[in-house]
Amino acid sequence: MKSFAPLTRREDSQPVRYLVVDDSVFARKNLGKMINTFGGEVAGEAGDGCTAITEFERTRPDIVLMDITMPQMEGIEAVERIVRQHPEARIVMVSSVGYQDNILAALQKGARHFVQKPVKPDVLYEIIRYVLTDEDAHKQPAPAGEACS
Amino acid sequence: MKMQLIQPFISAADCVLASTLQGPAKIGDLSMDEGGSLLHGPAVRIVIHGEIEGCIIVDMAPETAARVATTLAGEDIESSDQLISETVFELANMMIGNAVTLLNDHGYQFKVLPPEKHIQNKNVQSRTDMEETAIYFETSCGRIFLNICMRYNPRPRSDRMSMLTH
Repeated sequence: MKSFAPLTRREDSQPVRYLVVDDSVFARKNLGKMINTFGGEVAGEAGDGCTAITEFERTRPDIVLMDITMPQMEGIEAVERIVRQHPEARIVMVSSVGYQDNILAALQKGARHFVQKPVKPDVLYEIIRYVLTDEDAHKQPAPAGEACS
Repeated sequence: MKMQLIQPFISAADCVLASTLQGPAKIGDLSMDEGGSLLHGPAVRIVIHGEIEGCIIVDMAPETAARVATTLAGEDIESSDQLISETVFELANMMIGNAVTLLNDHGYQFKVLPPEKHIQNKNVQSRTDMEETAIYFETSCGRIFLNICMRYNPRPRSDRMSMLTH
């Protein structure tokens, strides 16, 4: 796999930490490989939206790569709940289902970008680079929390 | 079945297979019948509900699945590995996801459920009022089969009028 100039955190130049959320083990493994080529590290993984929320709280990643269609809780709902609590969260949707309604819904809930599967490493790299430098993150104050049911 | 419902699946599968398996995917025979098809090996089913209703099944022979898994993973995978079925799941997910994206962009409204394992030799057809279309793709890893069993549910007139006025 092609390797890229390492992406690091602005504040301390440490490797970018990722949370990878996808119900497919293969997809998580594949994204993990790409993350390694970007010089990052996988801080956590989740197979559904509910676990993603828990893992976000535990790992506090710099970037979340979030699938949309998942069992129990879909990605868009998980985005909404994470961003409600953490408006600074940088979430990139990664899904094979990339129709306009889905993309718009994800962006409205607070996702920063969208990548359609099959993911091309060059495309994902550029998007992550953009999202890491995008300062226009905190648009709404965080309202009261909501339990994950 | 309307060709405009089938074509996105052919286009998306062709595109995803060529991209992920790093080689051309030649489209094989296309057949339409009222009977269910026998499956060839690991199979994944994705159900859609809404203006288009039905299911799509992707399957392939076990040895093809092993080759696909190895190609997608970029490393050798033992044939007993769980990752093989996971890979088939993900490939199906990408093929069908891209197809439903095209359909949605053409104005069809529906919801896609997460992929699920399809039971070997279970009849593809679940509804007698749905026609099945079977097609395969010749790839460098072997044949990959696609069974599409769908019908078009026109929106009620009230819904269409509502869409026109918004």
